[in-house]
Amino acid sequence: MQLTIDGTDHEIEVEDAMPLLWVLRDVLGKTGVKYGCGIAQCGACTVHIDGEAVRSCQVAAGDVWGPVTTIHGLGNPETRHAVQQAWIETQVAQCGYCQSGQIMQAAALLSETPDPSDEDIDDAMSGNLCRCGAYPRIRAAVKVAAAKLKEA
Amino acid sequence: MSRVGKIARRSFLVGAVAAAGGVAFGVWRYKTPYRNPLLSGLNDGEAALTPYVLIRPDGITLITPRADKGQGAYQVQAMLLAEELDVTLDQIAVDPGPPDVAYWNRALADEAAAFLAPGGGFGEQVAGSVVSAGAKFLGLQITGGSTTTPDGFDKLRAAGASARETLKAAAAAQAGVAASELTTRDGAVILPDGTTLPYTELAAGAADLDPVTDVALRPASEWRLIGKPTPRLDMVAKSTGTQDYGIDVHLPGMVHATVLLNPAIGGALGSYDTAETFKIRGVQSVVEISGGLGIVADNTWRAMEGAKAIVASWPDGPLPRSMEAHWQALSDSFTEDTQDSRKRDDGDMDAALGAGDVIEAEYRAPYLAHAPLEPVNATVRVDDDAIEIWTGTQIPRNVLTNVSGITGVSEDDITLHVQMIGGSFGHRLEDMVVRHATEIAMQMKGTPVKLTYSREEDMTHEFPRQIAMARMRGAVREGRVEAFDLGIAMPSVIVSQMGRQGLSVPGPDSQIVAGAFEQPFSVPHHRVTGYRAPPLAPISSWRSVGASTNGFFYNTGLDELIHAAGADPMEERLRLCDDALARGVLEAVAEMSDWSGPNPADGVGRGVAFTKSFGVPCAEVIEVETTEAGLKLTRAWVAAEVGTVVDPLNFENQVAGGVIFGLGHAMNCELTYADGRAEQTNFDTFQGLRLYQAPAIEVRGLENGDKVLGVGEPPVPPAAPALAAAIFAATGTRLREMPFSKFVEFA
Repeated sequence: MQLTIDGTDHEIEVEDAMPLLWVLRDVLGKTGVKYGCGIAQCGACTVHIDGEAVRSCQVAAGDVWGPVTTIHGLGNPETRHAVQQAWIETQVAQCGYCQSGQIMQAAALLSETPDPSDEDIDDAMSGNLCRCGAYPRIRAAVKVAAAKLKEA
Repeated sequence: MSRVGKIARRSFLVGAVAAAGGVAFGVWRYKTPYRNPLLSGLNDGEAALTPYVLIRPDGITLITPRADKGQGAYQVQAMLLAEELDVTLDQIAVDPGPPDVAYWNRALADEAAAFLAPGGGFGEQVAGSVVSAGAKFLGLQITGGSTTTPDGFDKLRAAGASARETLKAAAAAQAGVAASELTTRDGAVILPDGTTLPYTELAAGAADLDPVTDVALRPASEWRLIGKPTPRLDMVAKSTGTQDYGIDVHLPGMVHATVLLNPAIGGALGSYDTAETFKIRGVQSVVEISGGLGIVADNTWRAMEGAKAIVASWPDGPLPRSMEAHWQALSDSFTEDTQDSRKRDDGDMDAALGAGDVIEAEYRAPYLAHAPLEPVNATVRVDDDAIEIWTGTQIPRNVLTNVSGITGVSEDDITLHVQMIGGSFGHRLEDMVVRHATEIAMQMKGTPVKLTYSREEDMTHEFPRQIAMARMRGAVREGRVEAFDLGIAMPSVIVSQMGRQGLSVPGPDSQIVAGAFEQPFSVPHHRVTGYRAPPLAPISSWRSVGASTNGFFYNTGLDELIHAAGADPMEERLRLCDDALARGVLEAVAEMSDWSGPNPADGVGRGVAFTKSFGVPCAEVIEVETTEAGLKLTRAWVAAEVGTVVDPLNFENQVAGGVIFGLGHAMNCELTYADGRAEQTNFDTFQGLRLYQAPAIEVRGLENGDKVLGVGEPPVPPAAPALAAAIFAATGTRLREMPFSKFVEFA
């Protein structure tokens, strides 16, 4: 199957049923995408397909319907996406394991809703579990990111 | 990969454990009773100045041997070293270093304190046998008990100072000037004429010198780093998906494995059929391991699919058949025969309770999973005479010992690369995953095996927080709390946890009453009794250990008495409080929340709770509002007294995170067993706290005490009782059992 991931076309030969998560992690080495639960309960595996935030553990490789963006495609340490920069400035991460998913979810929220209310943020971000409890800074960082995107 | 980790580990005999140093007349004699483990792997031009400072021509590495599981341990250790070494944090790399006795945890071993016997006036009553057995285990290189900061505060600053002075000595010799004329800044020695000599260029000379060990630590007024909010070293990596954790280890030729364990806790391997498993693409083998099977494939998902395809028949395990039986075992433990300790017995309880109306209540706290978001994992390669391990662990020395025991390979020939950990909360104090990975790797020698538990296997085979029960009796008189008698029953966490490390622990377990017996409240008649329940499910240290249950029992019991007395929960706590530092945090949260009683407005309830745990007095006020959708947590105020806040930014994160951790489990979580099997195996039935339920949290650190203390655990215990009190204020419902969502609805 042909998958476009982070702007690069890949010819991948795996079972159609293999979740995109494991194609990304074990076949392509995109380990910034995290496995946390496998049942769409934690959001650590969140990526974008066609700009929409999805749980990659629940999308079969054979069903991928558009170009995939992972945390690695969103930005990198040298060239950071506004949401990543906001996360760094707000010093969100503790263990950090959930943060790839949080950032991808926030980026999708802000592309749909550039000026989210507190309720919008609660609604959009509550599927992403953070066991360290970094929620106060996640809320703050979404707003910092929104401001950055508006300036850009 | 860690370059330091490649340095051959040397073995040391653990003899009498001497103190690693002591302050005298403001001068710290830096010494370690153990050989510096870094010395054995050096090349020309490289210097290991103390076991914590490694300088090579191409860079400076600070060794941060306490594990980082998100609490910022690497950062705080680096800050303490850098403070005296005079380097900036962007000039250095951190590395957890090799497992070594040189990195033993003095704060845990000496005091056994934070972990086994909470300090605060009653420490001397702790039975010696538990302390010494605990020290034997905990004195090794362990991360836990909120001890990274107290253990490192003097030791790491002194190590930094020793390294700095040794570098100055090298510069003095090279430049022909007296060391006293030299200064240091930003990773360089500065000569009187302004010439800068980078540490990296002085390493070769410094390596030939005897380390300077008599050093004066700088006073607080000269600190550059301590006390300042410091951006985390790992923040860019953790925000860009480039931080590798143990689960991300990749080695050439590596295979992927998972496990299928008997879901009946402690049950043996039964009969099994793997015919369907081998029809799955990429599955290579199924091997027998302790308590189950290891499934090896060329991909994690294929291994997990292979595990699902196994048809197995599992023998029963030893746990009671129902939760009723677990609770009954606790209930049956409130007897003289099973009394474990009575560390507090003030006044005359029998007379006080015989004099009039007795208020009684019973409280329950369930088993809880640690459930950090990174499922446990370990990568192991077993060769004939050497083993290499990659895993995130809080007990690196035990991992070596245990793998040596499994394989027969000498600890000297085992290399452990400690990985960044995606959350722990105590989970990585257990090392069963390393055992399983080793057992699989032994059956395919020469091939690196990365074992990743599925979430379901990880949560099923948790070593959860203890189940616990408490019974309170008390009396009030003339608007005051007069008598407060608290009995607490639980199995011993320490016995269960250390038993898995091959240690037997005789004597009372002070964790059974931690967070209760040592609280600074002078109730005239006050008694705290611990009762030892029999071993039930295997349990382990869960963020704040005994205090995680006992803070709820103690505060809720006290609240019931205060309510009966008709007093205000804040004012009565302040009236009873006999410790200035504790009073300070209560006054702080009263001021921060503008406390005006439990019902500041219609439909709004507030609760206050206080727990001193791990030596840290911590007070919290929680506010709830009744809404059409249910109870909504609106705001929280927290104050903790830690002597010195090393990094205010990380402090706030630890405290707010601890409050959320305490709240989420009190509201939403329990781990239950039916027929000896865990009934919650993933986050659909074990939710924790999600963002929409998190209140706004205001945090204040107080610095009035002499002792520098860690704050990973102390914010957890007061969260549940403060919330229960707020709910009582808002609804009139007194919650005596967690999780609260069984009794009230949350928005």
